[in-house]
Amino acid sequence: MTRFLPLADAVAQYVHDGDSVAMEGFTHLIPFAAGHEVIRQGKRDLTLIRMTPDLIYDQLIGMGCARKLVFSWGGNPGVGSLHRLRDAVEQSWPQPLELEEHSHAAMASAYAAGASGLPCAIFRGYIGSDLVGKHPHIRFLDCPFTGERLAAVPAIRPNVGFIHAQRADRAGNVFIEGIIGVQKEVALAARQAIVTVEEVVDDLQPPSANSVVLPHWTIAAIVLAPGGARPSYAHGYYRRDNAFYAAWDTIARERETFLAWMREHVFQGAGMTATQGIG
Amino acid sequence: MEYSPAELMTIVAARALTDGDVCFVGIGAPSTACNLARLTHAPGITLIYESGTIGARPDVLPLSIGDPELSETALTTVSVPELFSYWLQGGRISVGFLGGAQLDRFGNINSTVIGEYHHPTVRLPGAGGAPEIASACERIFVIMPQSRRSFVPAVDFVTSFGHGKGGDERQRLGLSTAGTRFVFTDLCVMQPQRETKELEVISIHPGVSVEQIVQATGWTVRFADDFGQTPPPSERELTTLRGLLARTAQAAGGGAHEPA
Repeated sequence: MTRFLPLADAVAQYVHDGDSVAMEGFTHLIPFAAGHEVIRQGKRDLTLIRMTPDLIYDQLIGMGCARKLVFSWGGNPGVGSLHRLRDAVEQSWPQPLELEEHSHAAMASAYAAGASGLPCAIFRGYIGSDLVGKHPHIRFLDCPFTGERLAAVPAIRPNVGFIHAQRADRAGNVFIEGIIGVQKEVALAARQAIVTVEEVVDDLQPPSANSVVLPHWTIAAIVLAPGGARPSYAHGYYRRDNAFYAAWDTIARERETFLAWMREHVFQGAGMTATQGIG
Repeated sequence: MEYSPAELMTIVAARALTDGDVCFVGIGAPSTACNLARLTHAPGITLIYESGTIGARPDVLPLSIGDPELSETALTTVSVPELFSYWLQGGRISVGFLGGAQLDRFGNINSTVIGEYHHPTVRLPGAGGAPEIASACERIFVIMPQSRRSFVPAVDFVTSFGHGKGGDERQRLGLSTAGTRFVFTDLCVMQPQRETKELEVISIHPGVSVEQIVQATGWTVRFADDFGQTPPPSERELTTLRGLLARTAQAAGGGAHEPA
């Protein structure tokens, strides 16, 4: 049974220190509001899983929430580096960060395998790449029918999966449109899926019989969080704040400016300070 | 018309695309070149971005790989697992257009780390879609400004496999695709020599000297016997490129929080 919860309650009830957590959204529908709540509650030792860590994981990593990162492309799209991710990898600040690094094809397949209840994903990939051998989770097997050598990676089955979506109805069915990325896969691969939505409506009114709808019984909790994907975007609601993505390069470049921004924009009014968040 | 080396690099790269190509587009310089081709000589080209947008026709260049401009103009938008499984791995893409931080003499690309992997000097964004783009597309075009720092004898890390250590290494790994086919820089165009697969200069841009190219290449660069001169940009190419960039700059300066 899907539960409608306030954001703070959903994070408090479902996210525990040491959990593996996937917050997905391929440029579009990134669940920033949920990420900020995880930071405010000072969750620790998380294994963070996301194809493109983006600003959301730059913030979580910089605030010391992560022990490990599973990812496939760790930049600020079209802008440059994720400075907090780099600082963690290059200088172990605020703490060392273990990396499990993939390609997009591998992670997309691993989410699909997770949603399918399979132990691993098999695909034609990593041929000639130095990522092979750097990580024990990239392996190869021979096709039993043709003998072709294929790559295998473990399925992704996070303890908790967060996605943002356009809307839910009052029963908790969820509608998603636009760039859908791996939203469906992560919701079905996660042991508990939490969906933040722009609005809750009486009737979902999916525009087509083929619209992407997640039935309420696949979702643990729904949180009403209008604007919850900013500064990414929600197709049909608001556009991507490209100017903020560019500005983040300056904000996150130095530890002090980063912490000051987090204090002002994530903690202020929430009864906590950034220092408490880190400690 | 006067033009910059960066403009010429983009224009020369765009010329290599054809109307019938199905192109997997990297963000940044590849995206500029691909859209310039679409707006000039290749209106029928299919541009695919890894966010799942197939047949995107953006009026302004996207900042990210998944900007709304892409899905709003695409013929269809599919999920990311579908894109990588059915469309890329399925062998539907003719050209993969990539950039990178380092490129070596055999067309291998590094976008992962400078230095040693576990203790890098510089941690770069990483692979994204590139390793499988490099193996599954029929051929790979690379666009990169040329310098001794970025054009190195051997990359620190092979993110995307080009021709390995040369010769028939691709075939020996079971790859039937062409791999790195052209490299477009701000100085010249390179392609792999037929047998050795070592990149060699096939065309020098107007006003660029052989010595400049030698100085900007980290290995002893070879020139094809019949290397030529790159034709300068036409007025149409320059006007279209500048219009595209001006629209993009104007859109970036507009209200970021406007409703979709």
